[in-house]
Amino acid sequence: MKSSVITFPGSNCDRDMDVALTKFGFKNKMIWHNDQELPKSDLIVLPGGFSYGDYLRCGSMASKSKIMHSVINFAKSGGLVMGICNGFQILVEAGLVPGVLLRNKYLQFICKNVHVKIDNKENTFFKNLDKKVLEFHIAHNEGNYFCTNDKLKEIEDNNQVAICYCDQNGETNDQINPNGSIKNIAGVFNKEKNVLGMMPHPERMIDESLSGEDGSIFFKNLLNNIK
Amino acid sequence: MLVNEKIAIEHGLKSDEYKNICKLLKRTPNLTELGIFSAMWNEHCSYKSSRIHLKKLPTKGKKVIQGPGENAGVIDIEDGDAIVFKIESHNHPSFIEPYQGAATGVGGIMRDVFTMGARPIANLNSIHFGSTQHKKTKNLLRGVVHGIGGYGNCMGVPTIAGQTSFDRSYNGNILVNAMTLGLVKKDKIFKSKAAGLNKPVIYVGSKTGRDGIHGASMASASFDEKIEEKKPTVQVGDPFTEKLLLEACLELMSGDSIIAIQDMGAAGLTSSSIEMASKGNLGIEINLNKVPCRESKMTPYEIMLSESQERMLIVLESGKEEIAKKIFDKWNLDFAVIGKTTNTKNIELFFDNKQVANIPVNTLVENSPMYDRKWKKSKLPKKNKINKTIIKSLKIKDTLKKILSSPNVCSKEWIWQQYDHTVMGDTIQKPGGDSGVIRVHKTDKAIAATVDSSATYCWAHPLTGGKQVVCETWRNLISVGAKPIAITNCLNFGSPEKEENMGEFVECVQGISEACKYLDYPVVSGNVSFYNETKDIGIKPTPTIGGVGLIKDYKKMITMDFKEIDNIVLVIGKTEGHIDQSLLSRIIINENNGPPPEVNLFNEKNNGLTLLNLIEKNLIKSAHDVSLGGIITAISKMCIKGNKGIQIKMPKFLINEIEYFFAEDQGRYLIEINPKDFKEVSKILDKNSVHYDEIGKINDKEMIIDQKTKLTIDELKSYNTNWLNSYMV
Repeated sequence: MKSSVITFPGSNCDRDMDVALTKFGFKNKMIWHNDQELPKSDLIVLPGGFSYGDYLRCGSMASKSKIMHSVINFAKSGGLVMGICNGFQILVEAGLVPGVLLRNKYLQFICKNVHVKIDNKENTFFKNLDKKVLEFHIAHNEGNYFCTNDKLKEIEDNNQVAICYCDQNGETNDQINPNGSIKNIAGVFNKEKNVLGMMPHPERMIDESLSGEDGSIFFKNLLNNIK
Repeated sequence: MLVNEKIAIEHGLKSDEYKNICKLLKRTPNLTELGIFSAMWNEHCSYKSSRIHLKKLPTKGKKVIQGPGENAGVIDIEDGDAIVFKIESHNHPSFIEPYQGAATGVGGIMRDVFTMGARPIANLNSIHFGSTQHKKTKNLLRGVVHGIGGYGNCMGVPTIAGQTSFDRSYNGNILVNAMTLGLVKKDKIFKSKAAGLNKPVIYVGSKTGRDGIHGASMASASFDEKIEEKKPTVQVGDPFTEKLLLEACLELMSGDSIIAIQDMGAAGLTSSSIEMASKGNLGIEINLNKVPCRESKMTPYEIMLSESQERMLIVLESGKEEIAKKIFDKWNLDFAVIGKTTNTKNIELFFDNKQVANIPVNTLVENSPMYDRKWKKSKLPKKNKINKTIIKSLKIKDTLKKILSSPNVCSKEWIWQQYDHTVMGDTIQKPGGDSGVIRVHKTDKAIAATVDSSATYCWAHPLTGGKQVVCETWRNLISVGAKPIAITNCLNFGSPEKEENMGEFVECVQGISEACKYLDYPVVSGNVSFYNETKDIGIKPTPTIGGVGLIKDYKKMITMDFKEIDNIVLVIGKTEGHIDQSLLSRIIINENNGPPPEVNLFNEKNNGLTLLNLIEKNLIKSAHDVSLGGIITAISKMCIKGNKGIQIKMPKFLINEIEYFFAEDQGRYLIEINPKDFKEVSKILDKNSVHYDEIGKINDKEMIIDQKTKLTIDELKSYNTNWLNSYMV
């Protein structure tokens, strides 16, 4: 299976994503933001980091990069696209997934492990996963997901909520919400469920020596689903 | 403007220094030249008060590839790999403007490391604030933490460990010391020595603005009430540009275009160009009209003294300009050929086709002032006879609660959760342990790093304090299973013009030197920060030591959390009951006199190396060094982290409980072992003459000291975590 990770100026989780994808069997290529064409890929990943220093608005400048035309076309034709952290912010700015990401409720960067509940398994990213709750890792300053009530209803009606912050038993409540996201939302899909944006970093959880191993479960499952 | 003595003094030069400049030049300098001299001859750049003493530090060793004198030190970690590391202070700017001060401190030290060709792989910091009651403390803490995170997080370099302390002596002068480690191949290390004639001198990175002019001079003076006026001397950081600069420099370094490279840190273009010329025994000619400027009508004086961040100066091989330019264009960075190397041994500056400065390089470097300042020796304070009835009247539980929730012991999670500590995917021990540990990417090796200081001990007796802090970092490394290799030091002191302060400096350096020599733990880089004082009140002497060690097989790394019920816990090293200068003495009994705990280097080395041997044999399940707050504080942390309790066994020949539990005797560790290994472990300890006491057995839920004194894990946790969270709300 072929994957491509896009490097924007200021991306800093591009190498980590490359390590993770390669570890679980993807043939991965690194793509420069200024390129026009995407190589043939089964999965495109927009990695985390601080593209353009988060200046103006997180993800806004990167969403206008040359390569993004191809990414948008790829997504519109049904290709799998995943944006992690800053990648999620870029997807939002490019209009590929709904909503916006505001500054965290307590106005602080947060780096820690969190649990997320998988809300929708009827898609390539999460189908066939045995677990309902995964332990992931977050590291962000602007992960506070927000949208209008009408939009929220539309997202929920279309089953576009991908994952929500929860406790280890899968209970969602305000107390375990790390950043103030509306309805504890940590990740959303586009309507067609081929584009996923999420704040947590599965690529930092791929080894028992690191923060945990649930990222391995996610990537292995993803690879099997694409095959 | 004509230069005279008055203007020189306004530039921070002393009257006789100015006279010396005129003598060396055989004429009066012009204003640009005076600015250059003031920048090169200030304390921050010239080390004029410290140089003579720093020579005492051991800087050589089998593992040392590069000692002090370059942008950072380099040590060998085998297989052709090397670690580049250094610590640096950014105290003065952080007090004036905490966010930018701390941020540019982190940016500056990372630049020092990647200037040498290394990719930064970990950041650490040691930050010190005034009393928690002081009106500025909370905002300074918040600003500094945001600044450190703001820069390091954006760069994508994990912040893996640190130290935070509070003490009244920092009320008017906080300390922000930032350390970076980078990874490089041994044969791809870059240095700042220029070589060859007529080689192009290249400017890359951000444009030059008017920010930070005289930053280094500001950092070489004491503060007074007009401190707020100095805000414009604080540099403004742009971590995004630095990230681009990092990638562009590493890309250029993968080829063979670079002869010498030097980042523009303190004193900007001045010190970088002069340093490269001086090391290469060459001259440099610069056309200042070619320097990319951010603001219009900048004068030669301003261009030379600007401390705008994220800039580099490179001497290139002739003919490689196009290759280099292409890389910097790709990363959207400025690139300009601004001059060339010459054989004049002078620095010659041109602006609007006129020569605006012409100074022999050696007058700025070798002829810079060096002082053997007067200093006062400190006596070892007499033992303080603390009233035994007061000690005996203390209840263990209440005392432990106060110590665990005290600002200098409590959990610093509120701080390190704001730092990205997991990016780069190799952090295997996060902040909150004895050392941060990162794997060497795609290998089985790991690097442990720690940063520490003990200002109270240094204040009570600088010689002992200097030794102690080196030993503390050594223990922190051993506790995670790393073999200590070398240190970097950041020496934060008051005014060297005062005999007491200078004495503290001299004796701390002496202590550091003795400990490093004995432990075969050389100093490879460092920085001195004097004049940490406001209105004549200086800080406690605070040498900060950053220690680095190697774990050959990262799977053998040790953490401090208790692992398994029924395992036995031992204290390694002897507990004599030293209470003077302990946390117990200072915050519970309110007694500040007396000597710090004695440092016995033989025991330190012997205990540490024996523990490493036990770790190597897989006999240790968890380990933690005993420091501030004594044995019981260390045990509490092991309980909290492991979510397990302990049944404490009172050792025979107990001094008295309080002294035993809270004493801060040195050279001690707590270790957890499996009961089946007890025989083997005790045999090895006995064979090496290492003293040990059995202190308890791990259980599942509470710390039981005696039948009346029990604490649940949740109690311990809440004492330890609540204070900082509620303070910062």
